[in-house]
Amino acid sequence: MPLTAEEIKTMQQKAKDIRKSIVDITFTAGGGHIGGSLSQTDILVALYYRYMNIDPKNPRKEDRDRMILSKGHGGLGWAAVLGEKGYFDKALLKNFNKTGSPFGMHLDSLKVPGCDASTGSLGHGLAIAVGMAIGAKKLKQSWRTYCVMGDGECCEGSVWEAAIIGAFHKLDNLTAFVDRNRLMIDGPTEDITQLDSMDDKFKAFGWEVLHVDGHDFTALGGAIEKAMAIKDKPTVIICDTVKGKCVDFMENEYKWHYGGLDSDMRDKAYTCIDTYYDKVGG
Amino acid sequence: MAEGMTWSVLDGDKLTQAEIYGQVLTQLGATNPRLVAMTADLAKSTKIGAFGDKYPDRFINMGIAENSLFGVAAGLAMAGWKPVVSTFAVFAALRSAEQVRTDICYQNLDVKIIATHAGISFGQAGSTHHCTEDIAVMRSFANMTVIVPADGIETGNAVVAAMDHPGPVYIRIGRGFEPPVNTTKDYGFQIGKAVTMKDGKDVTLITCGVCVGQAMRAAKVLETQGLSVRVINMHTIKPIDRDIIIKAVVETRRIITVEEHNTMGGLGSAVGEVIVESGKACAFRKLGVPDAFAIVGYPEDLYNHYKFDADGIIEAVGALMKKEIEEDENWDDET
Repeated sequence: MPLTAEEIKTMQQKAKDIRKSIVDITFTAGGGHIGGSLSQTDILVALYYRYMNIDPKNPRKEDRDRMILSKGHGGLGWAAVLGEKGYFDKALLKNFNKTGSPFGMHLDSLKVPGCDASTGSLGHGLAIAVGMAIGAKKLKQSWRTYCVMGDGECCEGSVWEAAIIGAFHKLDNLTAFVDRNRLMIDGPTEDITQLDSMDDKFKAFGWEVLHVDGHDFTALGGAIEKAMAIKDKPTVIICDTVKGKCVDFMENEYKWHYGGLDSDMRDKAYTCIDTYYDKVGG
Repeated sequence: MAEGMTWSVLDGDKLTQAEIYGQVLTQLGATNPRLVAMTADLAKSTKIGAFGDKYPDRFINMGIAENSLFGVAAGLAMAGWKPVVSTFAVFAALRSAEQVRTDICYQNLDVKIIATHAGISFGQAGSTHHCTEDIAVMRSFANMTVIVPADGIETGNAVVAAMDHPGPVYIRIGRGFEPPVNTTKDYGFQIGKAVTMKDGKDVTLITCGVCVGQAMRAAKVLETQGLSVRVINMHTIKPIDRDIIIKAVVETRRIITVEEHNTMGGLGSAVGEVIVESGKACAFRKLGVPDAFAIVGYPEDLYNHYKFDADGIIEAVGALMKKEIEEDENWDDET
């Protein structure tokens, strides 16, 4: 069922709060992967606030849908979502990156409620997700696996190993996303290597490919629902996104892959986010 | 051992380690409905295919994709399965080292790895297929248990024990048939508890894998020369049996380790660490592949070439016996 205007409004509000939380954590943590955390936010909000079968009070419930953040450096942004969803006390995020904290830049599944897999080394997540999805099918369980990848990590050969095996096992219970912000640490993806045409690549590997604006909840929702209905193959939703989304001095700047904020920059970022959502609503 | 966790194989003393684990795993499949077996185009070479023949629905062949082999195993474990993964040691420990470390060990997942063709057991294949580094790599991964069975019977015991041992386990075996050192499976195999194969008071051979048989043959010859040789089968490299090492140091004062592995980082290093930390001095020598990419050849020729077959062990014992050991009966004054 398409998202209602009311649902979209709620999502915009949550995305706004989460983006502010990302800015706040980056400030208190002394630095973080803020660019990619902001680009992936709307994908995670759509999943966590509408589509995933989860219970933040029972993070390990057996029939929950699984989330593998294969772009593990988005852990800061993922933690902001999990905190907002109530998996843990949001105040704990003040300890992000601090010595002995459960929260490091790349989330640890044994320490962070709601984190289904420890990720961070790129190119690992899709294989883990494929394993989960095969596991669910073999157990005849109906929960779904979601895997959010970065575009840069699609340089890794292991992504394509997993893509082959995912198609072979007809994993229609697996939906992958590519956060296609077109930037990696050293610059634009297409200046460094050739990831285009990603759609054709995944199609050639036997996947259903959907391509959407990764900041448009209507489009994201439509694609996620379509993926749920597709039979006998896994789906990848390639999401065109903007690294640093909503913070004008970060948008499309590869140097904001990782960075720190002083209080002035933090306040400016808040203002940017408010201005953005004043326009789009939320 | 949990109830129902048992195995029996006819002619166990005539089968390779791999043939036995294939059969044992298949037997365990009957009582472990969540056991799933995996490989990467090596079902026949590793013998894990035996499980797949019996339980095709619980067998996943990844094709030649070792990185994802271990990533998918991690995902299966997180979905409630108990994956047993088999491939050549060189691929498990080197090509896929990061997946094993980060996806499996970091999350302490219940994944069992049976690595075949380890050491120089596939000697003819050359160094791309040798693996004289895996013990060093695997024992450096937190949460990992490392087992190197001495023969086919011990491989069966190790597989059964690993099933009942939570967390990741790495079982290292060879390629071909090695004469058995055990005549029965009922000798109380326990992960982390070494087996004294033969007592002795002059020198101790601490060994694992196929080298246990070589050490036993050497010990027999040395007995005829009037030497009393203790042979310890250190089948578990991690966690290592510290007590049996320190006892050997105190009682025999001369230790030789023998392994089909680089002499850096493997059993010899693990034993050496225990000895140094004990503060008790002894004459010590490590036999194995001496930090080199091994030459091509049949395994038995290579064991001889690198002087860790029975002849090489006898030679090393002779040299070590000539080394003077400072008399010191009072160990209590040392720390």
